Parts: sequence; C-alpha cells; structure tokens
Amino acid sequence: MPLNPPLSLGPGLLGLGSSALMPHAFPSAGHVVPFLTHPRVPALHLDSGTVLFSPNAICQYFFLLAGEEPNDLTNQWLEWEATELQPAVSRALYCHLVQGKKGGEVLGAIRKTLTYIDQSLTSKATPYLAGEAESVADIVLWATLFPVLRDESCLPDELQALRSWFQTMNLSEPCRSAAVSVLTPKGAQAFKVYLQKQPGPILHWEKPAANEPEEEELAERSLSEEEIAAAAEAWARGPAALPERWQPPSPVLPVEGRRNVLITSALPYVNNVPHLGNIIGCVLSADVFARYCRLRNWNTLYVCGTDEYGTATETKALEEGLTPQQICDKYNAIHVQIYRWFDISFDYFGRTTTTQQTTIAQDIFQRLLARNMLLTDTVDQLRCERCQRFLADRFVEGTCPFCNYEEARGDQCDKCGKLINAVELKKPQCKVCKDSPVVKSSQHLFLDLPQLEERLEKWLEQSWATGNWTANSRFITRSWIRDGLKPRCITRDLKWGTPVPLDGFRDKVFYVWFDAPIGYLSITANYTDQWERWWKNPQQVQLYNFMAKDNVPFHSVIFPCTLLGAEDNYTLVNHLVATEYLNYEDGKFSKSRGVGVFGDMAQDTGIPADIWRFYLLFLRPEGQDSAFSWTDLMLKNNSELLNNLGNFVNRAGMFVCKFFGGRVPPMELGADDKRLLAHVTLELRQYNQLLEKIRIRDALRCILSISRYGNQYIQVNEPWKRIKGHDADRTRAGTVTGVAVNIAALISVMLQPYMPGISATIQRQLCVPQACNVLTDTFLCLLPPGHQIGTVTPLFQKLENEQIEALRKQFGGGQPEDSTLELQVQAARVASADVTPPGPGGGAVLAGDPQKVKELAEEVAKQADHVRQLKASKAEKGQIDGEVAKLLELKKQLALAEGKTPELPAPKGKRK
Amino acid sequence: ETRPSSSSFPGRVVSNYGSCGGARAGGADFVREAPRAEEREQVRCPGGAEVLQTNNGPSLRGLTTIATHLVKQAKKEQLLGSTAEEKAIVQQWLEYRVTQIAGHSNEEDIRIILKDLNLYLEDKVYLARNNLTLADILMYYGLHHIIAELTVQEKEKYLNVSRWFNHIQHYPGIRQHLSNIVFMKNRLYTNPH
Repeated sequence: MPLNPPLSLGPGLLGLGSSALMPHAFPSAGHVVPFLTHPRVPALHLDSGTVLFSPNAICQYFFLLAGEEPNDLTNQWLEWEATELQPAVSRALYCHLVQGKKGGEVLGAIRKTLTYIDQSLTSKATPYLAGEAESVADIVLWATLFPVLRDESCLPDELQALRSWFQTMNLSEPCRSAAVSVLTPKGAQAFKVYLQKQPGPILHWEKPAANEPEEEELAERSLSEEEIAAAAEAWARGPAALPERWQPPSPVLPVEGRRNVLITSALPYVNNVPHLGNIIGCVLSADVFARYCRLRNWNTLYVCGTDEYGTATETKALEEGLTPQQICDKYNAIHVQIYRWFDISFDYFGRTTTTQQTTIAQDIFQRLLARNMLLTDTVDQLRCERCQRFLADRFVEGTCPFCNYEEARGDQCDKCGKLINAVELKKPQCKVCKDSPVVKSSQHLFLDLPQLEERLEKWLEQSWATGNWTANSRFITRSWIRDGLKPRCITRDLKWGTPVPLDGFRDKVFYVWFDAPIGYLSITANYTDQWERWWKNPQQVQLYNFMAKDNVPFHSVIFPCTLLGAEDNYTLVNHLVATEYLNYEDGKFSKSRGVGVFGDMAQDTGIPADIWRFYLLFLRPEGQDSAFSWTDLMLKNNSELLNNLGNFVNRAGMFVCKFFGGRVPPMELGADDKRLLAHVTLELRQYNQLLEKIRIRDALRCILSISRYGNQYIQVNEPWKRIKGHDADRTRAGTVTGVAVNIAALISVMLQPYMPGISATIQRQLCVPQACNVLTDTFLCLLPPGHQIGTVTPLFQKLENEQIEALRKQFGGGQPEDSTLELQVQAARVASADVTPPGPGGGAVLAGDPQKVKELAEEVAKQADHVRQLKASKAEKGQIDGEVAKLLELKKQLALAEGKTPELPAPKGKRK
Repeated sequence: ETRPSSSSFPGRVVSNYGSCGGARAGGADFVREAPRAEEREQVRCPGGAEVLQTNNGPSLRGLTTIATHLVKQAKKEQLLGSTAEEKAIVQQWLEYRVTQIAGHSNEEDIRIILKDLNLYLEDKVYLARNNLTLADILMYYGLHHIIAELTVQEKEKYLNVSRWFNHIQHYPGIRQHLSNIVFMKNRLYTNPH
C-alpha cells in the first residue's frame, strides 16, 4: 500500500478523521477554506484551485491517486466515521481535556462505537476493516481514534479484535511518524485550546427527551439445541411444577431465610395534586416493582404516605380558613383517591402528622444529640415584617447568586440546580406580599455532616457494590460529596411540624428534610407495632427507595447520615431508584398555567387507568427525560395494545371458543413450536433480569415481544384455515391454538405488575387459576388440554383522533393554539403589504373583527345556498366539489374571524 | 411520531440522520429514481437510518453509501465524478450532506450553510464544477425543505444557491414528488444584502 503521499502531508494527517480536533498549529485556520464560515482544518489546496476541507475526502483523494478506488465497505466506514464515530470521539476528548475526566468516563462516551468496530472485525474475521488489505477506512478510523486511545492498553480486554487491529495500525511506520509529527510533545493536549472554545459536544452530551429506549441489537438471538430442548421439557411439566403462591400475611414482616423486600416511594407533598410526572416518578414505578416482587414470592412490603408538615400547609390553611390539620385531612383524602384510581397496591398509605412520627423523630434526634452529632449556630434568616414571620425557603424568590437566574427559589435554583441558602439570594422577595424581607438572627441546630462523611462514604461504597443504584443517583450523590459536606440545619422557626424536644428550641420544629424521610419509619410504625423488624434489620431486609432525581441527595446523603449518626442498626437504602423527568408535550407540567394532566383529571378523560399506567410505564423516564404526548398515547394504545397485545390474546381465546368448544385442544409439539417456546422463555428470562435491576420500561417491551411472537405464530400457521382441512391439519390447528392460548396465559401473569386490571380480565376470560400468579424463569403449560375457558371479549378500545385532539385542547399542549397563531402571523404579513405571497389559506384574516365576521357569515350563507341549488339541479360532480371547497374555505375563514379554531378535516400541524 | 413499530423493522439503527424531513425523503426518492437492477433490493429506514438489503451481500447502511451503491448498480458512474479530484469533491459534499444538513439544524446553522454554499457556488454551475453529480442530487433533496421556507428576499440574498437549486430541480427526473419551488426571475430587492 503506497502510503507515502498522505504522509508527506505531514501535520495534516492526524486530523484525517478529526477535522474538529486539529491542533492550534493553524492559527489563521479561518482563511484556509475561503468559503466556510467556521474554520475547518486540515484542508488541502490543489493547484486547480479546489479546496478540500473534509479530511475523509482528502484521504480518499490520496488513495484515488494511488489507484485505490472506494467500494461499498470503505464508503460505509467513512460515512459512519463522519456521522457516528467523530461526534462520539469529540465528546470523549472534550470530557477528558476540558472537563478533566479520566479513564472510564472518557471511554464510556465511545464505548458503543468501539464495540461496533470490534463486532464488525470479529464477524468478518478479517485483519482490516474492509477486508484482507489495509484501506482508506483503516487510516481514517485509526486517525480518529488515536488521540483518545493512544495505545491499545486502555481498551477493555473483551474488545479483542479491535485491540489487535489498533495495535497493528499503531505499529505501521506511516501511522507512527504521523502521530509523532502531530502529537509530540504535547499529546492530545494539543487539542485542548480548540476544544475549550467549542460549546458543541457538551450540548450533545445531555440526552434529549426520548420515548424510545436506546436501540440495542434486536436481531433474533440464535437458539441452541439445548435451549430448545430445555424449554420443551419445562413446558411439559405443566402447572404442577409451579411453586406455591405467596399469600401476604397481615402484617407482612421479614422472615428469616426469605428475601425480604421493603419498598418506599418518595412521600408526595400533601398540598399538591400529583401530576403524571409525579405518579410515574415514584408511586407507580414502586407499585410495578412491588407487584413484581410479590409475583416472585418475595416477602414484600410497600409503604408510602403524604408528607404534611411545613409552611406551605400553614399558608394554605390560612387561605382556606381551616386548621393545618384540616387541610392535611382534606388533601390526604384526595391523594388516597387518586392512587386508588391508579390501582397502586400500597400495603399501607399513611401520613407524617402522627404521634409515631413525633416519637420516632424525637428519638432519632435525642440519639444524635447524645452522640454529639449536632451543632448549634446562629442563623441569619429572612423575615418578612409585613407578613410577620420568618420566610421558609419556598416563600422567598430572588436572583441566583451562582448563575443570576432571576426566579431562583430560596432553597434551590431551577436553572443551575445548585442549592442555595436563602439569605444569599440577590434581591430577595417575599412570595406572598412581594415585600423585601429583612435578615434576622435566630439560633438553630445543625446535623454535623462533616463528622459523618467518612462513615457515609464507607457505607456508600458497600451499598453501590451490592445494590442497584441508578446511574443518575450515583452521579448526583458523587457530585454532592465531591463538593464537600457542610453542617446542615435541621430546625425551622415554624409551628406546623414535629416539635424540637430541647430547651431553648421548643418554639421551633424540625425542618421537613430532616423530618420527612423519618416518615417512612413512622408510617410503617402505624402499619405494624413491629416496624423495627423492617427498619432496624439491615441483615435481613433489602430496602428500595423510589423517587425522581431531585430527591436523590436527601435519600443518599442526608438521611443516611442521620441514621448512621443515630447508631441504632437502621436499615439503610440498598437500591436507590431515581427517574429522570417526564415532560408534558414540549414543556413542563404546570399547575399554575393549567398545563398538563394531573392525577385527579386523568379519570375524567374516559381513558381507563390501566391505559394510563401502560403509557406512563412505556415512556418511564429511565436513563433520560421523556415526554408525554397525546398523539403518542393514541399511537401506542392503538398499535401496541390494540393491534399487538390485545389482538393476540383475543385471537388465541377466540380460536379456543370457536373451533374447540371453549376447551384447550390437545397439542403435539413440533420443532417450530419448540423453538417458539424457547424464544418466549428467553423473553421471560430477560424480563426477570430487567425487573430485578428495576429497568421497568425495558421489561415491558419483553411482554410486547412475546405477543409479537404470538401474532407471527398464528399468522404463519393459519389455524382458521387448517381447522377446515384434513385430520393432520386439524391437529395442527389444535396445537397452534393450544400453544397460543398458553402464551396468552403467561402474558396475563407478566402483565400483572403493569396493567393489573387487564391482567385480571384476561385471567377471567381464560379462567387462569389464581395459583398461576407466580413468576419463575420457565414457561410452563398453564392451561392443559381440556381446560375450559370462559367468554372472550376484546380487551382494548381504539382511541380516535378527535377524542385525543379534544383532550389535548382541554389540557393545554399548544398545538391547536399554535396553528391559530400561525395563521394570524400570516395574516399580519399580508396586512403589512409585503411582497410575501399569501399563505396557503389564501387571504387569511385577523380574528375578532365584527364587520368581517358579518360579511363572511353572509358569504357562507350565500355559498351554501348556491351549493344546495347545484345539488338540487344535479350539476356535474366536479362543479359541485369545487363549490363545496369554496364553502369550506369560507367557513374556515369565518371560524378564524370569530376567533375559533377552525375544524379542519384532517389534523394539521407539526407532528412530534 | 410516524415511526413504524419495531415489529416491522427489527433492524438496528446505526446512524440517525435526524428528522424524516429531507434526509429520509431524499434517500427513498433517489432510490426509486435509480433504475433497478435485477436483484430485488429493499431500502428500509428504521428510526431514520437507511438500510439497503442486497440480495448478494451484506446490508448497507447510510444514505450516501446506499446512494453510491445504487449509482454503480445503475451504471451511472459519471454521477460519482470522473477524475480523482472530482470524486473527492463529490465525496466531500456527500459527507457535508449527512453531517451538516441532517435534520435538526437550527436557524443559525441553516443561515451559515446557505451563506457558505452561496459563496462556494459563486463561480460554479454544480457542486463539482461543471458536471451534475450525486452530490447535487442529494444536496437538493436535503435542502428542499429549507429552501421551501425561504422568503423571496432570502432567496435573493442567497442568489447563487437559488440559481443552483432552480437548475437542479428542473433537471429531468430529479424532482420526483417534491414541490416545485418558485424563484423570481427579476430581482425585487435593490439592496443586495
């Protein structure tokens, strides 16, 4: 391979794959490519005047000169390099050089691309990317990877093929000299100056909202003969092989030698009606997991309750003329009702305003005090003289001292996310009366976090090693600890709270963030007087905390420190499960603007709770933010539920009823059937593995995959045709129907955590015995031949476009408003007598002009008469159509003029 | 959300050209335009990345890779450039097409793309100087939704782009179902920029 030409280019070569990453050796890079706004180097200036600014094209050019033509494979590699690898490497280098991150995290950014290269090399079993010989693809990819990898030693062992390829490239003389001439002596640092000026990579780094899981290799896994035989053998064992189903005793208590699972969901604040984001963030996610644990026969307790203390309650009470307790009673009932509607299976849903809360919180406090874990200090606090009170954090607003965001709250800035001490706010304002508060001093108690830091870290290390903490919870915790822990105030000058049992502080209460997590303990104590068997039993209990990511520090740092400092063998969190945020359509849920769906409204939509559960779980913000969208809800209901899952279960049941008199027919399994059993078994295992790691959204897809297998199976085997055929065909129809209805029975069990109502309906229709509600790793024939099933009816209803559009309008979501707005803008353009051609509506009009409304109304009436006459006189169809179109256009204009959204025949506007 | 469900497209997304706007329509259209070889080849785009399933080889991924393959199948190699230099230029603009004009460009990006292209095309009939190539075709598909949004004034501002675009859209067989974009023959704005 004549590699000399490219290398004579000298410093240019290393940038071959790295156009964005060239060292600052070209200070006036902007002039290199005269027609490009952004500087691009390297560039190749040819005698003809042509300037090539794409490193890949330059490289290709040299290979062409040497007589090497590109082929499909090299083209594909070059395109992949430009669209996939390059952005990933830029991110990795940015993260390493500008943000100073090391090894694992840097490699993490390119991990997927590295695996892709490795797999390609492995599957083709060639030494080079495009075959037996080195090609332009090898040079381009090597040059891109070199700055991050340098040598193969930092590559993980499992990427064997990539390692040896990279090593070969590194050792080749041309590559070596290119590397030396560009990257010596500064190494990759040479890129730093350039990268620092780039805001680019970091923006891509934050993942956008996405409703689909990260795409993974979905290709059908090949099955081994052993797997197929094992699946068939397991199936034959039948329902007798099921373990006995666990019946929760009352109360549920840990049992020695059993898996004891304690599940909590973050306590919702009593004054807010929860929105869909709150519901999926904690209570619903925890519910799926709790139901799943019960199906696995694990000894499971799921508790939650309303968090009721704090200033907001006091204020609300004043507003409504009630006592704080009355307010809590009122809103607690609303919460209970909402969660009942969503079919949340709490073992106990309590509240924090109980005597148990006072007893336990004060006990923990006394233990901390006795162990010198508390400090006293004078605190400057904001006091509003007009309102005659100290202002709690949430009642102050001002400018963030870190990022200057003007609407920062007293405890945290919504923009930069940093925690704020309210007195540090610039230009503070009382949220109630808008007066500027004054700073007053008051004595307070502090939890001495620095003293506990070492113990915390030791515990975290152990908990992370053995537990399933979501990536975001680890990340948030790590950044908290890295900033160094400071003493944290645990008291407040309020009345509505747990009283502080210490002289000098008796007019104060505990701060909610000290108090609220203790609610988990006190709520359990209200459930059973043996609560300590759950909460002081880390040896036997596995504790799972579910929450949205904004709650992480309180559960991973502050509350564990409280419990560690109190030294009473408390059960600390083993698995911290934090979701990202769920957005509403394109924005945030907002109670004040009336945007979004709130828990109490979901039931008024006419859409059943199970559909809500399904859709929220389908887009659970797991790993990245996701967005609720009405259109998507409709699509997922109609495609995944109606067409896929519902269709399969219904057909399987209908065949049993129609062709076999409602009794499951005998089955003679052939090779294809056994393969299907093996596929279903694999999905079932995958489902179990995912749910054990609390990847709720991904596990749901396993159920949908199984029903997809089922649909294909029925489609391929056509039992409705075979039933009319000869004996062999009829037997075959029986086998297919029997296997299909058994898959439907398995689906009903797997679906139970997600859609308990639908699961029960399927089980009722197919008469699945209650004893079958146990999950193992095997797919058993649950409905043996002869099993009688009941009446089969459709499970799901189609959601119609009109219904969804009406809901979108009702709950706010922008689309209909937007299109009106667009037309108005167009109208404004026309009105300003610009040369801009009129919009598609012809001459649009501005809304609200009464004269115009009147004129248009007359025109509509006139045109309508005209159409009627034409129809009466049996005029030509073409003519009538034309006049009808005119009429519709007039009606649309009239609607606009009246300020209404015109009823368009088909939904128009932007699709997401 | 018009994505097909994963059941119909079990393939894995290797690269994502962004929204289904120009990129996807362009990809699929061009394929329809290219004369078919005997082999039954299928283009799918699961989630935005084009995949071409060939009968006698592995599947190909990526808009420009597939387009290049089909050009060769159709024996229209001249569309890829004739000299090494031309080939490199075509390659460069194809890359530009998939990296710079892929879907979600913001207004500022679009402004820069148009400004740069306008400058580049000042002394050229086609992207690769004097011959129509695949680069022109794919750039045309990629830019169509952008150009369609331009005001008359903006079309005048990017005069060279407009001239090139208008030329390409009238080239036989290129436009397919895409709308014809109207360009004014006479200049309406005296102040050029």
